[in-house]
Amino acid sequence: MMRKFQGRVVIPGTVSARALVSHGGFNTLASLQKSLMFGTKDTICGDQNNPDLYKKKLNGQALCLPRTIGSTTGGMVLYTAAKMGRTPACMLFSEPIDSLAAAGALLTDIWSDAKMPTVDSLGSDFLDYVKTGMMIRIEENGVVVVEEAGR
Amino acid sequence: MELTQEQQDKLDGKYGATMARVMQTLVRYGELFGAKRMVPVTGKYGHLVTSFGLGVISPVYEIMDELIASGIVSKQKFSIDPKPLDPDIPVSPLQDLVFRKFMYNKQDAYEEQLRKVGWMNDDAATCTCYFDEVGNKPEKGDILSWAESSAVVYANSVLGARCNRNSGIIELFGSVAGCVPEFGFLTDEGRKATWRVEVRTTEKPNAQLLGSAVGMKVMEEVPYIFGLDRFLGTELNDEACSYLKDFGAATASNGAVGLYHVDHLTPEAAEQGEALIRPDAKTYVIDDAELKRVEESYPVMWKNKDAAPKLCFIGCPHLTLTQLKQWTQDIHEELQRNGRSRVTVKTVFTTPPAVLKEFQRTEEYAMAREMGIIVSYICPLMYMNNPLCSSMPVITNSNKLRTYSTARFYQDDAILRIITGGDASAIPMQEKFMKAGSDAVKAAGKAVEAGKKAADRMKEQAEDAGRKDGGDDA
Repeated sequence: MMRKFQGRVVIPGTVSARALVSHGGFNTLASLQKSLMFGTKDTICGDQNNPDLYKKKLNGQALCLPRTIGSTTGGMVLYTAAKMGRTPACMLFSEPIDSLAAAGALLTDIWSDAKMPTVDSLGSDFLDYVKTGMMIRIEENGVVVVEEAGR
Repeated sequence: MELTQEQQDKLDGKYGATMARVMQTLVRYGELFGAKRMVPVTGKYGHLVTSFGLGVISPVYEIMDELIASGIVSKQKFSIDPKPLDPDIPVSPLQDLVFRKFMYNKQDAYEEQLRKVGWMNDDAATCTCYFDEVGNKPEKGDILSWAESSAVVYANSVLGARCNRNSGIIELFGSVAGCVPEFGFLTDEGRKATWRVEVRTTEKPNAQLLGSAVGMKVMEEVPYIFGLDRFLGTELNDEACSYLKDFGAATASNGAVGLYHVDHLTPEAAEQGEALIRPDAKTYVIDDAELKRVEESYPVMWKNKDAAPKLCFIGCPHLTLTQLKQWTQDIHEELQRNGRSRVTVKTVFTTPPAVLKEFQRTEEYAMAREMGIIVSYICPLMYMNNPLCSSMPVITNSNKLRTYSTARFYQDDAILRIITGGDASAIPMQEKFMKAGSDAVKAAGKAVEAGKKAADRMKEQAEDAGRKDGGDDA
């Protein structure tokens, strides 16, 4: 089974990765700070207030989320993670992107060599449908293809 | 986006490759939010949220190095958030090692970069840069490029300046380029309220708790608040501004509020009244029961939920001079009532360096020191953001500190009772038992000590008497 969702391209690029879904806002600082500070091999979500993601590996995943929340250092933290090669493979927002995530995505795109394709405005249907572990493929035009795991 | 010739030249690289990238970042940022043009930053000073030299954020220092190497300095001088370290804050040898050698090992180098790019002065390091003593207080209508969430919401709401909730680095780029994209809170339409909040509490609500309730309900939207003028009046005096500072910080951290209006009080509400509210605004009623519900919803993040507090932070955001004096007087009175002279929980007041200097000239400063209180310019959040401190049972009256750390929130009156060892009705039952046990042990210890001293005195008297007798004999 496969479904396509149309969003807006924030940062262009194509990628395929497994979905990691946060139904609540993604707190960038709380999620990333511990892994960045201690230089762990994988970026493990350290946000105790996010039951969907807490203790899960973030790097290399297709992070599906409504928006980011938390400290206004968020964009800087995301950019730092990108420069260290520690970000999700892509970020997929059901809502229009917020100013902190936008900053992080743009700083990553313009001030680093890292690639983190980003699509927003995918709609609440997207977040209702996608489940952690499903296969995600981003196409050039903001189309996000979601396939059930194993297919 | 429509750009002026100068802005276009910057984007096209006529001011160098680094400025072109700065401009590209700002233009693309604005385009994502539908900005039609870039507008000049008109505030006299900027403010940077990144004040900490964490070794791990080396990519930020690389950008700073690139700006400096390209000869780019900020169009405006700027203040920064509070510093993460203060030698007056007691730390264990292990904490000292972790802070200085591991976590903030780039602090000195980063501060040197800040000076080169445009830091106002070494004392301009606080989240409350808008205090008169600090000197970075925007005028109504000023366009700003700030990021610190508590400062942005204060500048927008209480001062009537115009600033979006920017991220760190973006705000520096706005100061460097001298312009920001016009969207959101920079537009009249973006400043309209989408929520009517009706405060119907029987007493003046705790600012931090009320802000938390509002923030968690409206998130990033704009609330117009009715009913607060009953308690705060209609004049933006010192008391009202202090209240709104704490209220706003909680709305911004427990939600993502960047602007609020208070009926009959904040500048735009006083001028435009309910015309600021969109016709389709939703309504949120806050009464005593709702505040109680919100407070009881806070999770306790301590590993041992019944632990006795070891440290108390008061001042996130930083305290005003009036708040410092008031807290000192309140603690003094409460200690006297409890027959004590020093606080029973290590307590730290935090305030801007410039206010700290003023406070040091007052009699209350000596009182605070005598009571064992530490007064510091540190950022409590940065102090708490490491495993050594986050595992400590810390209490606070700050809803921002509660949100971003493991610190436990109590309202002011409860904090006062806890740190003065007084009526412990606010303290959880097991803590009460521990405290009672601890007090009993201390009392027993004092009794033993007193008994020993009495015995010693008796022994000395007997010896004196013996010597006297013997001497006489000699």
